Amino acid sequence: MSKQGKMDCGRRNLIVATAAVGGVGAVAALVPFVSSLLPSERAKAAGAPVEVDISKLEPGQMMTVEWRGKPVWIINRTKEMLDTLPKLADQVADPKSEVEQQPAYAKNDTRSVKPEIMVVVGICTHLGCSPSSKFKVGADEGMTADWLGGFLCPCHGSTFDFAGRVFKAKPAPTNLEVPPHVYLADTRIIIGEDKKGA
Amino acid sequence: MKKFLIALLFAPIMAFASGPVVHLDKWPGSVSDKAALQNGAKLFVNYCMNCHGASYMRYKNLLDLGLTEQQVKENLMFTSDKIGSLMTVAARHDEQKQWFGATPPDLTIIARARGELGDAGAGADWLYTYLRSFYTDENRPTGWNNVIFENVGMPHVLYGLQGKQSLNHETHKLELMVPGQMAPAEFDKNVSDLVGFMVWMGEPQQEFRQTLGYFVLAFLALLFVVAYALKKEYWKDVH
Amino acid sequence: MAGGTFEKYKSDGSLAGNALEWVDARFPATSLWKGHLSEYYCPKNFNFWYFFGSLALLVLVIQIVTGIFLVMHYKPDAALNASGVPIAFASVEYIMRDVPGGWLIRYMHSTGASAFFIVVYLHMFRGMLYGSYRKPRELTWLFGVGIFLVLMGEAFFGYLLPWGQMSYWGAQVIVNLFGAIPVVGNDLSILIRGDFVVGDATLNRFFSFHVIAFPLVLVGLVAAHVLALHETGSNNPDGIEIKANKDEHGIPRDGIPFHPYYTVKDIVGVVVFLMVFSLVMFFAPEGGGYFLETPNFYPADPLKTPNHIAPVWYFTPYYSILRAIVWNFFGLDAKFWGVVAMGASVVIFAFLPWLDRSPVKSMRYRGPISKVMLTLFVICFFILGYLGTLSPSPTGELVSQVCTLFYFGFFLAMPWWSRMDKFKPVPDRVTMK
Repeated sequence: MSKQGKMDCGRRNLIVATAAVGGVGAVAALVPFVSSLLPSERAKAAGAPVEVDISKLEPGQMMTVEWRGKPVWIINRTKEMLDTLPKLADQVADPKSEVEQQPAYAKNDTRSVKPEIMVVVGICTHLGCSPSSKFKVGADEGMTADWLGGFLCPCHGSTFDFAGRVFKAKPAPTNLEVPPHVYLADTRIIIGEDKKGA
Repeated sequence: MKKFLIALLFAPIMAFASGPVVHLDKWPGSVSDKAALQNGAKLFVNYCMNCHGASYMRYKNLLDLGLTEQQVKENLMFTSDKIGSLMTVAARHDEQKQWFGATPPDLTIIARARGELGDAGAGADWLYTYLRSFYTDENRPTGWNNVIFENVGMPHVLYGLQGKQSLNHETHKLELMVPGQMAPAEFDKNVSDLVGFMVWMGEPQQEFRQTLGYFVLAFLALLFVVAYALKKEYWKDVH
Repeated sequence: MAGGTFEKYKSDGSLAGNALEWVDARFPATSLWKGHLSEYYCPKNFNFWYFFGSLALLVLVIQIVTGIFLVMHYKPDAALNASGVPIAFASVEYIMRDVPGGWLIRYMHSTGASAFFIVVYLHMFRGMLYGSYRKPRELTWLFGVGIFLVLMGEAFFGYLLPWGQMSYWGAQVIVNLFGAIPVVGNDLSILIRGDFVVGDATLNRFFSFHVIAFPLVLVGLVAAHVLALHETGSNNPDGIEIKANKDEHGIPRDGIPFHPYYTVKDIVGVVVFLMVFSLVMFFAPEGGGYFLETPNFYPADPLKTPNHIAPVWYFTPYYSILRAIVWNFFGLDAKFWGVVAMGASVVIFAFLPWLDRSPVKSMRYRGPISKVMLTLFVICFFILGYLGTLSPSPTGELVSQVCTLFYFGFFLAMPWWSRMDKFKPVPDRVTMK
């Protein structure tokens, strides 16, 4: 009986050893398959940083550039627009940008490197629609009378202010994302890169 | 390893196979010589890419040759400014067809395409011989002909380096008539580097592939040991 | 044994036990497991040749899994991209270079194609060596021949997809073979191509056949092949029916359960196979120019035929037979008879169960005539295969004609030579060699 027990033990050890080594192999064999699902070199090349010239962007105007297939808004905010931001601090969900939706250098009151120039990914953080601009104060563009200007997502009604901060009690969970960007010169921005050169 | 394996697989077939019709010089280089590949890349970009693209390659791949992004951008990129771009030729393929009568073939995998049945690596030898076998021929529109590619449409782009050869129709040997910038041995070395680059470019991950192969085989050997012991353990009951 | 009834699973009261009981009451889990694995009895004397059935299944899985991932990146489009390269061709190089891990997946698939045929040819040879096609396993054999035919179609369609020179001209030649059929031939080949030459329409329909239609049929036939086998039980190197000698529990005395005995044995076989597979894949993925033919590194060019077109190695024996037929008969030209001979050379395997009249199954107990005939057949098959890779030549033509004659003679004369032979007595019980 004891002999029988020993033999079974040896057999069990061998099963465990084979299963363990075979399991490691099976997991290793997954690597090429799973990695083939990642963005290819072509996708990476297409998602390379984009250089933008903003010298023609007048105050109060907005331009859209494509980066990684997503719309990136660049807004030259007027003083009036910037002045709305402190007033809305108690109406937006994350006034101090605590959630990591921006690089450290844009974690400030205006969510930007230069106070007037806002660079933000124009994709609603709820389900990925692109919000539309509602820059006019008041009910002119179908907003409420106390509207100070900002963005409205047409899909589920989330609203954002001029810094891309989401208003409280809206479906979108976080502020709009500020992409990594850097100023090459006063009016030239590279979107998608943190440092010059890299 | 590769040669041995091929020989093993196809030994019975190779025994009957007739040799190649034209004699090819053996390519003396190696794809692990990074300095040679860098030189080859430089030659390729300067002499080949005026007409031929390498349109499956990205400039980024050249970083694997031990170059920095700065070096690639400054020395090897003439038609594009993005490191992730494909190494395409500046001219449009349909325009080229009008100019040359045919679109010059893409060269990314030319070394593989020139391989032979039974010897997939022979493409390197063909390229090494071809690029050194141009001779002057007044009957050709380009003024050039080639010993192993008769009536080739391509002119001898490296003639400044090699000089002018002519074919002695009695000995069927090439003779150097006008020396070029390089001595023959130096020229051969540079052509070898250029061919090396094309062999490498045909499959940039080829060295990694082999390295990975050794790991996989070592792992399978380990798995064999335990699996065989397990089989023995069960089968000792079967008589 | 398969088809028998097994008691339903009774829970031991544990949660897992209860779950299994619930499932087993609604799905034949226990009976599938026992009937096909743990209580499926196999002869205990399987040798080296018996690895190739499970290996063929392994390669099928490799091909399906790698194929699924290749389809994610491959584009069946014959149009030219901005660099003047067909998009289909460029997408293969895209997989080789730009897709992370793509080169490995592609090499697995291309090596797997050749491995599939190597394994299947060895598996078929095993059947011929030990008379596995004989009664009562005729249907298993027929399903197997079906698998082989579908596999050839699958390989042919798949070979067009890289859209290289060999892909293109190979498809052109093979589709034109249908043109040899009298009256309807030309229209038929246009119908197959969907165009007057091999073109984008052809590429797209071949893609559809390769990734959906034929794999579905293949998997179905493989299931039928295994089910039929498990109904009769396996043959063995002695060609003895182990079911003829059962113990008091109804278990064959020479049988052992497939699981665990043959599962642990097949694991060893799988590991050795994977070592050989890796040797090719990592160190010679072109298989010396036989697995990936070098002209296929040129994109398809409808205006320029390569100097020498040869099919991939696994088709070359039949291609040689096609080329060997150079005579017109009955007012029909040689092209037609070549196609007939080529088709017949594949289909004739299906008739083996009824052509073989030997009183014993296994080569072990057959005499010199059978052994010599089978050896010569294998040699002829190899010679035909080799000649099919070469350009046509007068000597080659003569040799291929002799081999073709023997190839068909082997089958058609089998009813006589298989009976004429001397035979050794077959033992009652299997032998462990």
